[in-house]
Amino acid sequence: MRYSLLALARQAFRGNRHWQPVWRDTEPRPSYDVVIVGGGGHGLATAYYLAKQHGVRNVAVVEKGWIGSGNAGRNTTIIRSNYLLPGNEPFYERSMKLWEGLEQDLNYNAMVSQRGVLNVYHSDAQRDAFARRGNAMRLAGADAEMLDAEAVRRMLPFLDFDNARFPIKGGLLQRRGGTARHDAVVWGYARGASDRGVDIIQNCEVTRFLRDGSRIVGLNTTKGTIRCGKVGLAVAGSSSRVAKLLGLKLPIESHLLQAFVSEAIKPLIPCVVTFGAGHFYVSQSDKGGLVFGGDIDGYNSYAQRGNLPVVEDVCEGGMALMPAIGRLRLLRSWAGLVDMSMDGSPIIDRTPFNGLYLNAGWCYGGFKATPASGWCFAHLLAQDQPDPVASAFRLDRFETGHLIDEKGQGAQPNLH
Amino acid sequence: MSEFVYYGDPVQRPDPVAADAPRRFYEAVYLRDNPAGPHEELWYHANGCRGWLRVSRDTRTHDVLGASFAGK
Repeated sequence: MRYSLLALARQAFRGNRHWQPVWRDTEPRPSYDVVIVGGGGHGLATAYYLAKQHGVRNVAVVEKGWIGSGNAGRNTTIIRSNYLLPGNEPFYERSMKLWEGLEQDLNYNAMVSQRGVLNVYHSDAQRDAFARRGNAMRLAGADAEMLDAEAVRRMLPFLDFDNARFPIKGGLLQRRGGTARHDAVVWGYARGASDRGVDIIQNCEVTRFLRDGSRIVGLNTTKGTIRCGKVGLAVAGSSSRVAKLLGLKLPIESHLLQAFVSEAIKPLIPCVVTFGAGHFYVSQSDKGGLVFGGDIDGYNSYAQRGNLPVVEDVCEGGMALMPAIGRLRLLRSWAGLVDMSMDGSPIIDRTPFNGLYLNAGWCYGGFKATPASGWCFAHLLAQDQPDPVASAFRLDRFETGHLIDEKGQGAQPNLH
Repeated sequence: MSEFVYYGDPVQRPDPVAADAPRRFYEAVYLRDNPAGPHEELWYHANGCRGWLRVSRDTRTHDVLGASFAGK
Protein backbone atom coordinates (compact mmCIF):
# COMPACT_ATOMS: atom_id res chain seq x y z
CA MET A 1 0.00 0.00 0.00
CA ARG A 2 1.40 3.34 -1.08
CA TYR A 3 -0.03 6.64 0.00
CA SER A 4 0.13 9.80 -2.10
CA LEU A 5 -1.73 13.06 -2.46
CA LEU A 6 -3.23 11.72 -5.68
CA ALA A 7 -4.46 8.52 -4.02
CA LEU A 8 -5.89 10.58 -1.16
CA ALA A 9 -7.81 12.83 -3.56
CA ARG A 10 -9.03 9.92 -5.67
CA GLN A 11 -10.30 8.00 -2.62
CA ALA A 12 -11.98 11.13 -1.24
CA PHE A 13 -14.02 11.47 -4.43
CA ARG A 14 -14.94 7.79 -4.29
CA GLY A 15 -16.29 8.03 -0.75
CA ASN A 16 -13.24 6.39 0.85
CA ARG A 17 -14.78 2.98 0.13
CA HIS A 18 -11.96 1.58 -1.97
CA TRP A 19 -8.93 1.67 0.29
CA GLN A 20 -7.08 -1.64 0.28
CA PRO A 21 -6.44 -3.30 3.66
CA VAL A 22 -2.83 -2.65 4.68
CA TRP A 23 -2.29 -6.06 6.28
CA ARG A 24 -3.41 -9.61 5.53
CA ASP A 25 -6.21 -11.09 7.65
CA THR A 26 -5.45 -14.81 7.44
CA GLU A 27 -6.59 -18.24 8.58
CA PRO A 28 -4.11 -20.29 10.60
CA ARG A 29 -1.69 -22.69 8.98
CA PRO A 30 -1.02 -26.01 10.77
CA SER A 31 2.27 -24.95 12.32
CA TYR A 32 4.54 -21.99 13.04
CA ASP A 33 7.92 -21.45 14.63
CA VAL A 34 6.44 -18.86 17.01
CA VAL A 35 2.85 -18.07 17.91
CA ILE A 36 2.16 -14.80 19.71
CA VAL A 37 -1.09 -14.88 21.68
CA GLY A 38 -2.62 -11.43 21.79
CA GLY A 39 -2.99 -9.02 18.87
CA GLY A 40 -2.61 -5.77 20.73
CA GLY A 41 0.24 -3.33 20.34
CA HIS A 42 2.67 -5.48 22.31
CA GLY A 43 1.89 -8.71 20.43
CA LEU A 44 2.08 -7.08 17.01
CA ALA A 45 5.26 -5.19 17.89
CA THR A 46 6.78 -8.48 19.05
CA ALA A 47 5.90 -10.15 15.75
CA TYR A 48 7.26 -7.17 13.81
CA TYR A 49 10.62 -7.14 15.60
CA LEU A 50 10.86 -10.95 15.45
CA ALA A 51 10.62 -10.73 11.68
CA LYS A 52 12.66 -7.57 11.23
CA GLN A 53 15.43 -7.84 13.83
CA HIS A 54 15.75 -11.61 14.21
CA GLY A 55 14.67 -12.97 10.83
CA VAL A 56 12.00 -15.18 12.44
CA ARG A 57 9.21 -14.91 9.87
CA ASN A 58 7.25 -18.11 10.34
CA VAL A 59 5.16 -16.37 12.99
CA ALA A 60 1.46 -16.06 13.75
CA VAL A 61 -0.34 -13.55 15.97
CA VAL A 62 -3.61 -14.98 17.26
CA GLU A 63 -6.15 -12.55 18.65
CA LYS A 64 -9.39 -13.38 20.48
CA GLY A 65 -11.24 -10.35 19.09
CA TRP A 66 -9.93 -7.96 16.46
CA ILE A 67 -6.48 -6.44 16.61
CA GLY A 68 -6.20 -3.43 18.87
CA SER A 69 -9.63 -4.06 20.43
CA GLY A 70 -8.28 -4.24 23.96
CA ASN A 71 -6.08 -1.80 25.81
CA ALA A 72 -4.25 -0.72 22.64
CA GLY A 73 -7.38 1.26 21.76
CA ARG A 74 -8.44 2.23 25.27
CA ASN A 75 -5.43 4.08 26.69
CA THR A 76 -4.80 7.81 26.91
CA THR A 77 -2.00 7.65 24.26
CA ILE A 78 0.76 9.12 26.45
CA ILE A 79 4.39 8.27 25.79
CA ARG A 80 7.11 9.14 28.30
CA SER A 81 10.14 7.70 30.08
CA ASN A 82 10.03 9.41 33.46
CA TYR A 83 10.63 6.50 35.81
CA LEU A 84 12.90 6.36 38.84
CA LEU A 85 14.19 2.84 39.40
CA PRO A 86 17.15 1.31 37.54
CA GLY A 87 15.08 -1.77 36.65
CA ASN A 88 12.55 0.40 34.82
CA GLU A 89 14.08 3.60 33.47
CA PRO A 90 16.53 2.18 30.87
CA PHE A 91 13.69 0.08 29.44
CA TYR A 92 11.29 3.01 29.13
CA GLU A 93 14.01 5.19 27.67
CA ARG A 94 14.65 2.47 25.06
CA SER A 95 10.94 2.68 24.32
CA MET A 96 11.11 6.48 24.02
CA LYS A 97 13.97 6.20 21.52
CA LEU A 98 12.02 3.63 19.51
CA TRP A 99 9.02 5.98 19.50
CA GLU A 100 11.24 8.71 18.09
CA GLY A 101 12.15 6.56 15.09
CA LEU A 102 8.93 4.59 14.84
CA GLU A 103 7.25 6.34 11.94
CA GLN A 104 10.37 6.21 9.76
CA ASP A 105 10.90 2.58 10.72
CA LEU A 106 7.32 1.54 9.94
CA ASN A 107 6.82 4.08 7.15
CA TYR A 108 3.47 4.78 8.79
CA ASN A 109 2.10 7.93 10.38
CA ALA A 110 1.58 7.12 14.06
CA MET A 111 1.16 10.82 14.88
CA VAL A 112 3.97 10.70 17.42
CA SER A 113 3.92 14.15 18.98
CA GLN A 114 6.71 15.08 21.38
CA ARG A 115 4.75 17.84 22.99
CA GLY A 116 6.25 17.29 26.45
CA VAL A 117 5.05 15.68 29.66
CA LEU A 118 4.88 17.95 32.68
CA ASN A 119 4.36 16.63 36.23
CA VAL A 120 3.52 19.54 38.50
CA TYR A 121 4.55 19.52 42.15
CA HIS A 122 2.95 21.21 45.11
CA SER A 123 5.36 21.02 48.05
CA ASP A 124 9.05 21.12 48.91
CA ALA A 125 9.10 17.41 49.62
CA GLN A 126 7.56 16.68 46.25
CA ARG A 127 10.07 18.98 44.57
CA ASP A 128 12.90 16.95 46.11
CA ALA A 129 11.32 13.69 44.96
CA PHE A 130 10.89 15.04 41.43
CA ALA A 131 14.47 16.34 41.36
CA ARG A 132 15.66 12.88 42.31
CA ARG A 133 13.52 11.30 39.60
CA GLY A 134 14.77 13.79 37.04
CA ASN A 135 18.36 12.94 37.96
CA ALA A 136 17.63 9.21 37.65
CA MET A 137 16.13 9.85 34.23
CA ARG A 138 19.19 11.79 33.07
CA LEU A 139 21.49 9.03 34.35
CA ALA A 140 19.63 6.63 32.05
CA GLY A 141 20.03 8.95 29.07
CA ALA A 142 16.56 10.52 29.17
CA ASP A 143 15.86 14.23 29.33
CA ALA A 144 14.39 15.92 32.38
CA GLU A 145 14.07 19.54 33.35
CA MET A 146 12.99 21.07 36.64
CA LEU A 147 10.74 24.09 36.16
CA ASP A 148 9.87 26.66 38.79
CA ALA A 149 6.37 28.04 39.17
CA GLU A 150 7.08 30.96 36.80
CA ALA A 151 8.22 28.64 34.01
CA VAL A 152 5.12 26.47 34.48
CA ARG A 153 2.99 29.61 34.44
CA ARG A 154 4.43 30.61 31.09
CA MET A 155 3.49 27.20 29.64
CA LEU A 156 0.10 26.78 31.30
CA PRO A 157 -1.16 30.14 32.61
CA PHE A 158 -4.64 28.77 33.33
CA LEU A 159 -3.60 26.30 36.07
CA ASP A 160 -4.74 27.00 39.64
CA PHE A 161 -1.34 28.18 40.92
CA ASP A 162 -2.63 29.76 44.11
CA ASN A 163 -4.87 26.91 45.19
CA ALA A 164 -5.05 27.18 48.99
CA ARG A 165 -4.60 23.48 49.54
CA PHE A 166 -2.30 22.46 46.65
CA PRO A 167 -0.44 25.52 45.31
CA ILE A 168 1.67 24.76 42.23
CA LYS A 169 5.35 25.25 43.02
CA GLY A 170 6.83 23.99 39.76
CA GLY A 171 7.12 20.88 37.64
CA LEU A 172 9.28 18.15 36.20
CA LEU A 173 9.23 18.37 32.41
CA GLN A 174 10.23 15.71 29.92
CA ARG A 175 10.18 17.56 26.62
CA ARG A 176 10.65 14.39 24.56
CA GLY A 177 7.52 12.83 26.04
CA GLY A 178 4.13 13.36 24.46
CA THR A 179 1.42 11.38 22.74
CA ALA A 180 0.95 9.01 19.80
CA ARG A 181 -2.13 7.85 17.94
CA HIS A 182 -2.75 4.44 19.52
CA ASP A 183 -4.75 2.84 16.68
CA ALA A 184 -2.14 3.87 14.14
CA VAL A 185 0.53 2.20 16.24
CA VAL A 186 -1.43 -1.07 16.07
CA TRP A 187 -2.04 -0.74 12.33
CA GLY A 188 1.54 0.27 11.60
CA TYR A 189 2.99 -2.70 13.43
CA ALA A 190 0.37 -5.00 11.86
CA ARG A 191 1.32 -3.78 8.40
CA GLY A 192 5.04 -4.09 9.07
CA ALA A 193 4.64 -7.60 10.46
CA SER A 194 2.26 -8.71 7.72
CA ASP A 195 4.60 -7.42 4.99
CA ARG A 196 7.35 -9.58 6.46
CA GLY A 197 5.26 -12.76 6.35
CA VAL A 198 3.62 -12.78 9.79
CA ASP A 199 0.09 -14.23 9.80
CA ILE A 200 -2.44 -12.15 11.73
CA ILE A 201 -5.38 -14.31 12.78
CA GLN A 202 -8.37 -12.57 14.34
CA ASN A 203 -11.35 -14.02 16.21
CA CYS A 204 -9.12 -16.86 17.31
CA GLU A 205 -9.21 -17.61 21.02
CA VAL A 206 -6.80 -20.03 22.66
CA THR A 207 -8.74 -22.76 24.47
CA ARG A 208 -5.98 -25.19 25.46
CA PHE A 209 -2.21 -25.56 25.38
CA LEU A 210 -0.81 -28.77 23.89
CA ARG A 211 2.02 -30.15 25.99
CA ASP A 212 4.70 -32.74 25.67
CA GLY A 213 5.75 -33.06 29.31
CA SER A 214 6.71 -29.56 30.40
CA ARG A 215 7.20 -28.40 26.80
CA ILE A 216 4.49 -26.44 25.00
CA VAL A 217 4.12 -27.81 21.48
CA GLY A 218 0.94 -26.18 20.26
CA LEU A 219 -2.40 -24.56 20.90
CA ASN A 220 -6.01 -25.51 20.53
CA THR A 221 -7.91 -22.49 19.33
CA THR A 222 -11.39 -21.66 18.17
CA LYS A 223 -9.93 -21.90 14.65
CA GLY A 224 -8.37 -25.33 15.14
CA THR A 225 -5.08 -26.72 16.32
CA ILE A 226 -1.83 -24.84 15.71
CA ARG A 227 1.49 -26.58 16.36
CA CYS A 228 4.40 -24.35 17.23
CA GLY A 229 7.92 -24.24 18.53
CA LYS A 230 7.43 -21.35 20.92
CA VAL A 231 4.48 -19.46 22.34
CA GLY A 232 4.61 -15.86 23.54
CA LEU A 233 1.76 -14.59 25.69
CA ALA A 234 1.04 -10.88 25.30
CA VAL A 235 -2.49 -10.77 26.66
CA ALA A 236 -2.22 -8.20 29.45
CA GLY A 237 -5.59 -7.79 31.17
CA SER A 238 -6.31 -11.49 30.70
CA SER A 239 -2.90 -12.95 31.54
CA SER A 240 -4.22 -14.86 34.56
CA ARG A 241 -7.05 -16.41 32.55
CA VAL A 242 -4.72 -17.67 29.84
CA ALA A 243 -2.10 -18.86 32.35
CA LYS A 244 -4.83 -20.72 34.20
CA LEU A 245 -5.23 -23.01 31.18
CA LEU A 246 -1.86 -24.39 32.32
CA GLY A 247 -2.58 -24.22 36.05
CA LEU A 248 -0.07 -21.38 36.34
CA LYS A 249 -0.80 -18.76 39.02
CA LEU A 250 0.61 -15.31 38.33
CA PRO A 251 1.48 -12.39 40.64
CA ILE A 252 -1.22 -10.37 38.90
CA GLU A 253 -4.72 -9.04 39.53
CA SER A 254 -6.95 -7.72 36.74
CA HIS A 255 -8.26 -4.22 37.42
CA LEU A 256 -10.17 -1.52 35.60
CA LEU A 257 -8.63 1.68 34.35
CA GLN A 258 -11.00 4.31 33.03
CA ALA A 259 -10.30 6.97 30.46
CA PHE A 260 -12.32 10.00 29.46
CA VAL A 261 -12.68 12.41 26.61
CA SER A 262 -14.43 15.77 26.71
CA GLU A 263 -16.19 17.64 23.96
CA ALA A 264 -13.80 19.38 21.57
CA ILE A 265 -12.52 22.87 22.35
CA LYS A 266 -10.00 25.20 20.76
CA PRO A 267 -6.32 24.49 21.51
CA LEU A 268 -5.77 24.92 25.25
CA ILE A 269 -3.32 22.35 26.59
CA PRO A 270 -0.02 22.27 24.68
CA CYS A 271 1.51 19.27 26.47
CA VAL A 272 0.61 16.37 28.71
CA VAL A 273 0.14 17.64 32.25
CA THR A 274 -0.33 15.68 35.45
CA PHE A 275 -1.61 16.78 38.85
CA GLY A 276 0.81 16.08 41.70
CA ALA A 277 -1.59 16.11 44.62
CA GLY A 278 -4.08 13.59 43.28
CA HIS A 279 -4.12 11.36 40.26
CA PHE A 280 -5.11 13.18 37.08
CA TYR A 281 -3.39 13.41 33.71
CA VAL A 282 -4.62 15.19 30.63
CA SER A 283 -3.69 16.03 27.08
CA GLN A 284 -5.63 17.52 24.21
CA SER A 285 -6.25 15.47 21.10
CA ASP A 286 -5.84 16.89 17.61
CA LYS A 287 -9.64 16.89 17.33
CA GLY A 288 -9.76 19.19 20.35
CA GLY A 289 -11.15 16.88 23.02
CA LEU A 290 -9.39 16.68 26.35
CA VAL A 291 -8.25 13.11 26.92
CA PHE A 292 -7.74 12.34 30.58
CA GLY A 293 -7.68 9.72 33.31
CA GLY A 294 -6.68 8.99 36.87
CA ASP A 295 -6.64 6.11 39.31
CA ILE A 296 -7.75 2.55 38.64
CA ASP A 297 -11.12 1.55 40.09
CA GLY A 298 -9.37 -0.48 42.76
CA TYR A 299 -11.03 -3.91 42.82
CA ASN A 300 -10.58 -7.04 40.71
CA SER A 301 -12.67 -6.85 37.57
CA TYR A 302 -13.01 -8.21 34.06
CA ALA A 303 -16.03 -6.04 33.24
CA GLN A 304 -14.32 -3.44 30.96
CA ARG A 305 -16.72 -0.98 32.55
CA GLY A 306 -15.86 1.39 35.37
CA ASN A 307 -17.89 2.90 38.17
CA LEU A 308 -18.86 6.41 39.18
CA PRO A 309 -16.68 7.03 42.27
CA VAL A 310 -13.59 7.10 40.05
CA VAL A 311 -15.32 9.38 37.55
CA GLU A 312 -15.93 11.82 40.39
CA ASP A 313 -12.41 11.44 41.76
CA VAL A 314 -10.79 12.04 38.36
CA CYS A 315 -12.96 15.08 37.66
CA GLU A 316 -12.16 16.51 41.11
CA GLY A 317 -8.47 16.14 40.30
CA GLY A 318 -9.00 17.95 37.04
CA MET A 319 -10.90 20.77 38.71
CA ALA A 320 -8.23 21.17 41.39
CA LEU A 321 -5.55 21.51 38.71
CA MET A 322 -7.37 23.54 36.06
CA PRO A 323 -10.71 25.03 37.15
CA ALA A 324 -11.08 26.46 33.64
CA ILE A 325 -12.41 23.12 32.38
CA GLY A 326 -15.33 23.13 34.81
CA ARG A 327 -17.99 23.84 32.20
CA LEU A 328 -16.76 21.24 29.75
CA ARG A 329 -19.00 18.27 29.15
CA LEU A 330 -17.75 14.71 29.17
CA LEU A 331 -18.19 13.13 25.78
CA ARG A 332 -17.33 9.54 26.55
CA SER A 333 -15.73 7.37 29.19
CA TRP A 334 -14.67 3.75 29.00
CA ALA A 335 -12.53 1.23 30.82
CA GLY A 336 -9.82 -1.25 29.95
CA LEU A 337 -8.63 -4.33 31.82
CA VAL A 338 -5.15 -3.95 33.14
CA ASP A 339 -2.79 -6.56 34.56
CA MET A 340 -1.87 -5.05 37.92
CA SER A 341 1.27 -6.82 39.04
CA MET A 342 2.23 -7.11 42.70
CA ASP A 343 4.98 -4.47 42.49
CA GLY A 344 3.59 -2.25 39.75
CA SER A 345 6.17 -3.29 37.15
CA PRO A 346 5.87 -5.63 34.16
CA ILE A 347 7.07 -9.16 33.48
CA ILE A 348 8.95 -10.20 30.31
CA ASP A 349 10.37 -13.62 31.03
CA ARG A 350 10.45 -17.34 30.47
CA THR A 351 7.94 -19.47 32.40
CA PRO A 352 8.18 -22.85 34.14
CA PHE A 353 7.06 -24.38 30.81
CA ASN A 354 9.62 -24.88 28.05
CA GLY A 355 8.71 -22.91 24.99
CA LEU A 356 6.26 -20.63 26.82
CA TYR A 357 7.21 -16.99 27.29
CA LEU A 358 5.31 -14.35 29.21
CA ASN A 359 4.81 -10.64 28.55
CA ALA A 360 2.42 -9.36 31.22
CA GLY A 361 1.82 -7.14 34.22
CA TRP A 362 1.83 -3.79 32.40
CA CYS A 363 -0.35 -2.18 35.06
CA TYR A 364 -1.68 1.09 33.63
CA GLY A 365 1.48 1.89 31.68
CA GLY A 366 1.49 -0.49 28.76
CA PHE A 367 0.98 1.88 25.85
CA LYS A 368 4.18 3.89 26.21
CA ALA A 369 6.06 0.59 26.54
CA THR A 370 4.72 -0.86 23.29
CA PRO A 371 7.85 -0.54 21.10
CA ALA A 372 10.36 -1.66 23.75
CA SER A 373 8.05 -4.39 24.98
CA GLY A 374 7.87 -5.83 21.47
CA TRP A 375 11.59 -5.30 20.96
CA CYS A 376 12.55 -7.06 24.21
CA PHE A 377 9.97 -9.83 23.95
CA ALA A 378 11.13 -10.60 20.41
CA HIS A 379 14.70 -10.70 21.70
CA LEU A 380 13.71 -13.14 24.44
CA LEU A 381 11.71 -15.35 22.06
CA ALA A 382 14.42 -15.43 19.41
CA GLN A 383 17.50 -15.74 21.58
CA ASP A 384 16.16 -17.23 24.80
CA GLN A 385 18.00 -14.48 26.66
CA PRO A 386 16.50 -11.27 28.00
CA ASP A 387 17.45 -7.98 26.41
CA PRO A 388 19.67 -6.17 28.96
CA VAL A 389 17.17 -3.32 29.45
CA ALA A 390 14.39 -5.80 30.33
CA SER A 391 16.48 -8.16 32.42
CA ALA A 392 14.91 -7.01 35.70
CA PHE A 393 11.37 -7.89 34.57
CA ARG A 394 11.66 -11.44 35.87
CA LEU A 395 8.74 -13.63 36.85
CA ASP A 396 10.64 -14.98 39.87
CA ARG A 397 11.52 -11.57 41.33
CA PHE A 398 8.58 -11.80 43.72
CA GLU A 399 10.09 -14.94 45.20
CA THR A 400 13.68 -13.71 45.27
CA GLY A 401 12.79 -10.27 46.61
CA HIS A 402 14.12 -8.23 43.66
CA LEU A 403 10.94 -6.18 43.35
CA ILE A 404 10.67 -3.07 41.19
CA ASP A 405 8.22 -1.06 43.25
CA GLU A 406 8.22 2.52 41.89
CA LYS A 407 5.60 3.67 44.35
CA GLY A 408 6.78 1.68 47.36
CA GLN A 409 3.30 0.35 48.02
CA GLY A 410 4.07 -3.30 48.65
CA ALA A 411 2.03 -6.22 47.38
CA GLN A 412 -1.22 -4.32 46.95
CA PRO A 413 -1.94 -4.04 43.25
CA ASN A 414 -4.84 -1.62 43.66
CA LEU A 415 -2.48 0.96 45.20
CA HIS A 416 0.20 0.91 42.48
CA MET B 1 -13.35 9.13 49.91
CA SER B 2 -14.97 5.72 49.67
CA GLU B 3 -17.11 4.13 52.34
CA PHE B 4 -15.60 0.72 51.65
CA VAL B 5 -11.93 -0.02 51.01
CA TYR B 6 -10.88 -3.02 48.97
CA TYR B 7 -8.31 -5.36 50.42
CA GLY B 8 -8.28 -8.20 47.88
CA ASP B 9 -8.08 -11.93 48.33
CA PRO B 10 -8.69 -13.28 51.86
CA VAL B 11 -5.41 -15.15 52.14
CA GLN B 12 -4.63 -17.08 55.29
CA ARG B 13 -1.31 -16.23 56.94
CA PRO B 14 0.89 -19.31 56.46
CA ASP B 15 2.51 -21.14 59.36
CA PRO B 16 5.78 -19.21 59.91
CA VAL B 17 7.60 -22.23 61.39
CA ALA B 18 6.69 -24.64 58.61
CA ALA B 19 9.68 -26.13 56.81
CA ASP B 20 8.61 -24.52 53.52
CA ALA B 21 7.48 -21.23 55.10
CA PRO B 22 9.31 -18.94 52.59
CA ARG B 23 7.59 -20.65 49.67
CA ARG B 24 4.20 -20.52 51.39
CA PHE B 25 4.58 -16.84 52.26
CA TYR B 26 5.59 -16.08 48.67
CA GLU B 27 2.49 -17.82 47.39
CA ALA B 28 0.22 -16.15 49.97
CA VAL B 29 1.59 -12.65 49.46
CA TYR B 30 2.12 -12.60 45.69
CA LEU B 31 0.22 -15.26 43.76
CA ARG B 32 -3.44 -14.76 42.90
CA ASP B 33 -6.15 -16.85 41.24
CA ASN B 34 -7.58 -13.67 39.70
CA PRO B 35 -10.69 -15.42 38.35
CA ALA B 36 -13.15 -14.07 35.82
CA GLY B 37 -16.34 -14.89 37.70
CA PRO B 38 -17.19 -15.32 41.40
CA HIS B 39 -14.39 -13.95 43.56
CA GLU B 40 -13.97 -14.08 47.34
CA GLU B 41 -12.53 -10.83 48.66
CA LEU B 42 -12.15 -8.63 51.73
CA TRP B 43 -13.63 -5.15 52.07
CA TYR B 44 -13.04 -2.82 55.01
CA HIS B 45 -15.94 -0.60 56.07
CA ALA B 46 -13.56 2.31 56.62
CA ASN B 47 -16.07 5.15 56.84
CA GLY B 48 -18.71 3.18 58.70
CA CYS B 49 -18.61 0.41 61.30
CA ARG B 50 -14.94 -0.42 60.58
CA GLY B 51 -15.86 -4.05 60.19
CA TRP B 52 -14.11 -6.40 57.79
CA LEU B 53 -16.40 -8.06 55.28
CA ARG B 54 -15.86 -11.17 53.23
CA VAL B 55 -17.68 -10.52 49.99
CA SER B 56 -18.40 -12.83 47.10
CA ARG B 57 -18.61 -10.80 43.89
CA ASP B 58 -18.70 -11.63 40.19
CA THR B 59 -15.73 -9.90 38.57
CA ARG B 60 -17.42 -9.97 35.14
CA THR B 61 -20.59 -8.13 36.22
CA HIS B 62 -19.73 -6.58 39.65
CA ASP B 63 -22.81 -8.35 41.11
CA VAL B 64 -22.42 -9.00 44.83
CA LEU B 65 -23.34 -12.62 45.43
CA GLY B 66 -23.05 -12.60 49.22
CA ALA B 67 -21.33 -10.97 52.18
CA SER B 68 -20.50 -11.91 55.75
CA PHE B 69 -18.29 -10.58 58.52
CA ALA B 70 -14.76 -11.83 58.05
CA GLY B 71 -12.86 -13.64 60.79
CA LYS B 72 -15.75 -15.77 61.95
